[in-house]
Amino acid sequence: MRVSLDPKLLRRLLRSKDAMDAASYEEWPVERLARVSGVSQAHFARSFKQAFGLPPHRYLLTRRIERAKALLRDTELSVTDVAFQTGWNSLGTFGRIFRDITGESPSELRRRESAVAHPLDRVPHCYVSAAHRPDLKIAVSEKRRLDGGDMRAPEEAEVP
Amino acid sequence: MSQGVQVAGVYVRDQDEALQFYVEKLGFEVHTDARNGDYRWLTVKHPEQPTFQLGLFKPQPPVIDETTAQTLEEAVAKGAMPPLVLLVDDCRAAYDQMRQRGVEFTQEPIDRYGNVDASFRDPSGNGWKMLQARRA
Repeated sequence: MRVSLDPKLLRRLLRSKDAMDAASYEEWPVERLARVSGVSQAHFARSFKQAFGLPPHRYLLTRRIERAKALLRDTELSVTDVAFQTGWNSLGTFGRIFRDITGESPSELRRRESAVAHPLDRVPHCYVSAAHRPDLKIAVSEKRRLDGGDMRAPEEAEVP
Repeated sequence: MSQGVQVAGVYVRDQDEALQFYVEKLGFEVHTDARNGDYRWLTVKHPEQPTFQLGLFKPQPPVIDETTAQTLEEAVAKGAMPPLVLLVDDCRAAYDQMRQRGVEFTQEPIDRYGNVDASFRDPSGNGWKMLQARRA
């Protein structure tokens, strides 16, 4: 059932979403996001999920992967540099979550994308990046289990 | 020009607040401010673009039912409305001036291949890209 939220609260929640959009490579613990939105920590994550349909940390993951895809596509940066520039502390975690979300490895994506021309120079940058945003509706760990029948416990928490 | 788009609008949560924002912070001018009962037809125009009006409309009865109006207000507040692009001569100068006036920027000016762009939101949540286009 759809929950109706006060537009004034939604407008404040939008500020933390905007903040993650602007600097997805930074660390965004709940207390920082709650402060940006002027919402108590206890209510922030639930309200964010009610508003935008996914928890804030998962939203952050989609933005990081989106940025990583853009850097792989548009720059010559090494995969390691891409991982660190998009906010991951571990190359292994980056590679695994990247594959979970996009279905291919960073280097596979780079090879495939470099073979295709991109006639997108007439579209403002922000809308191009929105169009390339990965569609992440379920938890990454859940997706991994569904895809691979992987029943092991995750070695690392999903929270970046 | 005798043909073309004359009015396109954004939904706003409060027309007084929106009017103040677009006029005092962005430098638009009032074009039409007409009331009929609770309904208010409010449009502004850019000083350098006299034939186009930007409507600042509140989703409300009788034009829109209460339930739908609430849904629209939520969508605006979540930043879900369509993109808007404001063309400026000098993005950094406009950014400095607007920031001083208290405009909420969501992206600082960035150079992209000769274009410079920044992003801001109006008080309701409508997102604008402010673009300084590369000189041809």
